[in-house]
Amino acid sequence: MDKILRIDMGAEGGPKMQVESLGEYAGLGGRAMTSSVVAKEVPPFCHPLGGENKLVIAPGLLSGTGAAMSGRLSVGCKSPLTGGIKEANSGGQPAQVLARLGYGAIILEGKPQGDDLYKVFINKDGVKIEADNSLKMMTNYDLVSKMKGEYGDKIACISIGPAGEMKMQSASIACTDPEQRPSRHAGRGGTGAVMGAKGVKVIVLDDTGCKARPPKDLQKFRAANKIFVEGLSRHPVTGQALPAYGTNVLTNILNEAGAYPTCNFKVGQFAGAGKISGETIAELETKRGAGPTHACHRGCVIRCSGIYNDKDGNFLSKQPEYETVWAHGGHCGIDDPDAIAMLDFLDDTYGLDTIETGVAIGVAMQAGVVSYGDAQAAINLVKEIGKGTPLGRILGSGAAVTGKVFGVEKVPVVKGQAMPAYDPRAVQGIGVTYATSPMGADHTAGYSIATNILKSGGFVDPLKPEGQVALSRNLQVATAAIDSTGMCLFIAFAILDQPDTFQSLLDLLNSFYGLELTADSVSDLGKKVLRIERDFNSRAGFTKEDDRLPRFFYTDPVLPHNVTFMVKDEELDSLFDW
Amino acid sequence: MKVTVKLFASLRKDRFAVDDFDYQEGVTVGHILASLNISEEEAAIIFINARHGGPDSPLKEGDLLAIFPPVGGG
Ligand code: SF4
Repeated sequence: MDKILRIDMGAEGGPKMQVESLGEYAGLGGRAMTSSVVAKEVPPFCHPLGGENKLVIAPGLLSGTGAAMSGRLSVGCKSPLTGGIKEANSGGQPAQVLARLGYGAIILEGKPQGDDLYKVFINKDGVKIEADNSLKMMTNYDLVSKMKGEYGDKIACISIGPAGEMKMQSASIACTDPEQRPSRHAGRGGTGAVMGAKGVKVIVLDDTGCKARPPKDLQKFRAANKIFVEGLSRHPVTGQALPAYGTNVLTNILNEAGAYPTCNFKVGQFAGAGKISGETIAELETKRGAGPTHACHRGCVIRCSGIYNDKDGNFLSKQPEYETVWAHGGHCGIDDPDAIAMLDFLDDTYGLDTIETGVAIGVAMQAGVVSYGDAQAAINLVKEIGKGTPLGRILGSGAAVTGKVFGVEKVPVVKGQAMPAYDPRAVQGIGVTYATSPMGADHTAGYSIATNILKSGGFVDPLKPEGQVALSRNLQVATAAIDSTGMCLFIAFAILDQPDTFQSLLDLLNSFYGLELTADSVSDLGKKVLRIERDFNSRAGFTKEDDRLPRFFYTDPVLPHNVTFMVKDEELDSLFDW
Repeated sequence: MKVTVKLFASLRKDRFAVDDFDYQEGVTVGHILASLNISEEEAAIIFINARHGGPDSPLKEGDLLAIFPPVGGG
């Protein structure tokens, strides 16, 4: 991982590539890499779809090594959805493969001169880029099966569907799983539109002939990995609950907590929650011959993913994540798991963020475009997005645009990005993260649900404003660091509760790189990343007024708790004073 | 007095998903856990009428008690 591949898509006479040393980006990985490159090289006032924006794709510091859980990929750019800096994170195989091929980052830059659509192929012998207009408007699943035909079944793909080609603000970038399904996505913020604007349809990676990256101290590294894996399997969340039920185990718990946003954040409980819960779906998956335990990349030992078959036992989609089940489910009043799995598949194959898409449809339902609970209508709307009809283009522009077009007052977005599956009035800590994260409303940026609801890493009462800023701050700092290592964020449940598992993570980094990182240096890394991102946003024109929730969260109490969002503005503004 | 008990995830195994029970006045969550043979460690997350509770929390007529093992996601 000692080189950067830069492709200037706007060069005279067609794309020009250059392989260069890491230079000033040495020692960075994942989110630290993408955010550093974007902050340094992208003019903050540029148009996200213009030639000055760059798409940065980076494996984490430990990706491509033998460390468990290390296969997360960071994708960064100026976001077409928020107008601020973006890091969207994805599982799947590409991070491991890209790292083993030796690349610390791929940077796509410039503005293509014509309409050609390109594919990039990278293996141990080098990089090839060629125009292939037969791929135009191909869905992700069709595209990957075509690429398998051309390059064999050892490949990993990073691709966009029709939504990315149409430069929709909710377009995602797909990554293939170990079985070459384009089912893991860098979902948030419209990164797919930036890839589309660069004219790149797919990056095909083949690491045949490449070895795992060698640690500085192999013995210590192996010992640390053993303790790390043991810690993950010992912890009840990472060892039992996530493999057995996946992330959707949260449906019932958020619903019981009265924090499950239902019918566009109208109330905090959904009568149909049980029908789409993790318990129900895991049972259904097993009954239909698939199951709830699957690793999104090789080396994941938690295996929170799963496979969802239709009633005839044929593959329908991967197991929809909790936020997807919520966005297409409770948020839209839909309680049909088969419809939700179909929506998940359509989002994946068109290349759409499931959260942004589901929330936009719920906002359209609030406007009366179709009715709450009408699953078939929701499926038809997503197909309209895939086709790019005028209505589809509105919805594909995300929840904020949809709300404006249809005259909806209550639109759950921050910095233009749709809120995920947790009501910030009933879980005040997540409201702080939504408001202040440089990413816009993003639950993963500082997952206070862990401590507010799940009692992981202590307990802070979700219904009171006290203690939420400190909680969100600590989590945002830790997350920015973890996102830079390439580790899946779900390791946090074990490392928050088990000091020896946290130490083993430090030991993995230290023995790999010959460093002497401590807990403090990890937190310094997280702070540095957040500072870089905040600074980019302020140069792009963001002020503290952008760190607020939409007004209705302050004025309209939500049942059953009858609470509003109560964290004061001054407190939100103090989040980054550390 | 009547209390509705809901169990989730692995706690449902060999038990139930939801059931109504008649308890003596003064019953606590801890008593109910013991009667269902659920250890306090297993009952990591407890809601009484959508508010967090613990083994010592008392219950009253008509309460809804929801019990989860340690779970996570995101
Ligand atoms: S725990 Fe889940 S999201 Fe994380 S790496 Fe494993 S399968 Fe992927």
